[in-house]
Amino acid sequence: MKFLVQQQPAYVYTGGKPFDAAKPSIVFIHGSANDHSVWTMQARYFAHHGWNALAVDLPGHGKSFGAAKTSIASIADWLVNLLDNGNIQSAVVVGHSMGALVALEAAARYPARVSCLALIGAGALMPVSEALLTAANDSPEDAFDMLNIWGHAPQLRWGKNPTPGTALIVAYKRLLMQSAPGVLANDLAACNAFQMTEATLATIHIPTLIIAGTHDLLTPLKGAKVLAANLGNATLLTLDGVGHAMMQEAPGQVVDALKKFVAAP
Amino acid sequence: MSTPRYPRLETLAVHAGQSPDPATGARAVPIYQTASFVFPDTETAASLFNLERAGHVYSRISNPTVSVFEERMAALDGGTAAIATASGQAALHLGLATLMGAGAHIVASSALYGGSHNLLAYTLPRFGIDTTFVNGRDLAAWKAAIRPNTRLFFGETVGNPGLDVLNIPAVSAIAHEAGLPLMVDATLTTPFLSQPISQGADIVMHSATKFLSGHGVVIGGVLIDGGSFDWEKSGKFPTLTEPYDGFHGMVMSEESSVAAFALRARREGLRDFGATMAAMTAFQILQGLETLHLRMPRHVENTRKIAVFLADHKGVLQVNTPELDSHPDFELAQRLLPHGAGAVLSFDLKGGRAAGKVFIEKLALFSHLANIGDAKSLVIHPASTTHFRMDAAALQAAGISAGTIRLSIGIEHPDDLIDDLSKALYAAAKVV
Repeated sequence: MKFLVQQQPAYVYTGGKPFDAAKPSIVFIHGSANDHSVWTMQARYFAHHGWNALAVDLPGHGKSFGAAKTSIASIADWLVNLLDNGNIQSAVVVGHSMGALVALEAAARYPARVSCLALIGAGALMPVSEALLTAANDSPEDAFDMLNIWGHAPQLRWGKNPTPGTALIVAYKRLLMQSAPGVLANDLAACNAFQMTEATLATIHIPTLIIAGTHDLLTPLKGAKVLAANLGNATLLTLDGVGHAMMQEAPGQVVDALKKFVAAP
Repeated sequence: MSTPRYPRLETLAVHAGQSPDPATGARAVPIYQTASFVFPDTETAASLFNLERAGHVYSRISNPTVSVFEERMAALDGGTAAIATASGQAALHLGLATLMGAGAHIVASSALYGGSHNLLAYTLPRFGIDTTFVNGRDLAAWKAAIRPNTRLFFGETVGNPGLDVLNIPAVSAIAHEAGLPLMVDATLTTPFLSQPISQGADIVMHSATKFLSGHGVVIGGVLIDGGSFDWEKSGKFPTLTEPYDGFHGMVMSEESSVAAFALRARREGLRDFGATMAAMTAFQILQGLETLHLRMPRHVENTRKIAVFLADHKGVLQVNTPELDSHPDFELAQRLLPHGAGAVLSFDLKGGRAAGKVFIEKLALFSHLANIGDAKSLVIHPASTTHFRMDAAALQAAGISAGTIRLSIGIEHPDDLIDDLSKALYAAAKVV
């Protein structure tokens, strides 16, 4: 469905159920140059188990209008405007990669609007290598390849992935290729510039689940451990043998972890 | 971090879609010979049905052995997802039925396998789907044939048996300009010789019975979603962009940004039409697929030698293969099929049908049968067999005369094949 957010139509995937703000809401925020479809299985699960599930296309991504936001803070503002327009007082916010930074920022600046946090493929900082930043600007397809190959556990480069009949590596490359020109460079720059002090992290006391993959080369496990240690109320779950694209590489494990977390945050 | 690299085609042919079996450690792909899969609990059962979790429910929809073949083919062809089917014809039907219904129109190259021509020309009109056949080389004809209700362009990478080479970049550009996808039958080329998606095609299908298997022991097909076509922008495909009552109002293009076509084909087409590949079939195709990159160069090398031999033979009127510079698509083949134009060729004998009969019956090493793409060399007379339902005009459009002989060149020693052909040509010459 489409929402009007900051005067621009924004697409929100609701997991196969109608939007219903009377139910508890769970919002899924995708990473750089991705869209809502990375959350399909997780959003469907929650939508069919009593939740108002919203997997957003961020501005300039997927089916949403407007230019891509240039900072994590401005995306967090956009997210809160989405909650306002949906009459959602507070929500569980689940973010992946860049989306995890957005979730963190929203929790820090709008604590009343975020009831719980789930951060997947995350760190307190998300520095991006010079090689990747340069490629994203100068030769985006090379940058897509870097993100695609480094973004999956090594064995996923040839298979086998959990979803029958799907070539995960090809599919993810295709998703990146669908992003509008300049969006990946914009998003990576926003991630690279993101700063949140330890003092600010310590002010976030809402229940937080951090899910990290042992084979995540883009947001390595050690960064997730630092983040967990600095947050006020965080639990770290490690997925063995899984890379950065956890929602596709281990969709069932991510659903199970989120399900357990929201049942007893 | 070092420069990232994707596995090459040779590695994908052996490994894609498979890791050692988690249950037993089996290194070979296990044959999951089961109709259905036990649910651990009722909630998981409901979640699997509702696509909240990945997994297998019932082998008509998906099966772990078949999934290895599907993922391997998607990886080899550069597609986002693949669906294995009971035959190549089932793959073609599944592709068409997923995209359109009664009232739709297809523009297809006239250089098609006889079975595909039959489906489009005679069977689908009964279901309200019409096809305009065009000379595949005539780009203006493709464009001129488009109607408001056109929903697809369809052709073969290399036509069977006329060996016309489809100009995929040019034809796909015309299709895309009109908001239409191009579906390509790549049976004769396999991913080793041609990857149509990288050249502009949107959907690829194969008869897996042929070169993908190489052994000729099974019937199978596969349909591959390129993931590149913008169904929503086109606005012509409600099966992919509007709520589907058969799956609780699911909108495929919202559910999947990169594999909406494959999603509908599996969730509707396999479920409702049921032309599924069996696990044993997938296992057998996979045994062949592992050596695709070893077999295809030999097929091509043998074909090139035999093409030259036939072209020089006084009993042969003409040889059809894009491997020879006498073929109208020679230059196009050099550009689009640099590793070879496949291992099927056709030629016209002096003496027409009578000479052809003697020729085929005198062959000892070549097997006279209705198939192509076997490790063994094969021969057939298309006008009386694979294309027998076509009238004279359709035969001519497909590049077939009454005397056309089709060869599928195997991987035997080329000199033995040439010896066999020589003897049969000598016998055929006596009836001229």
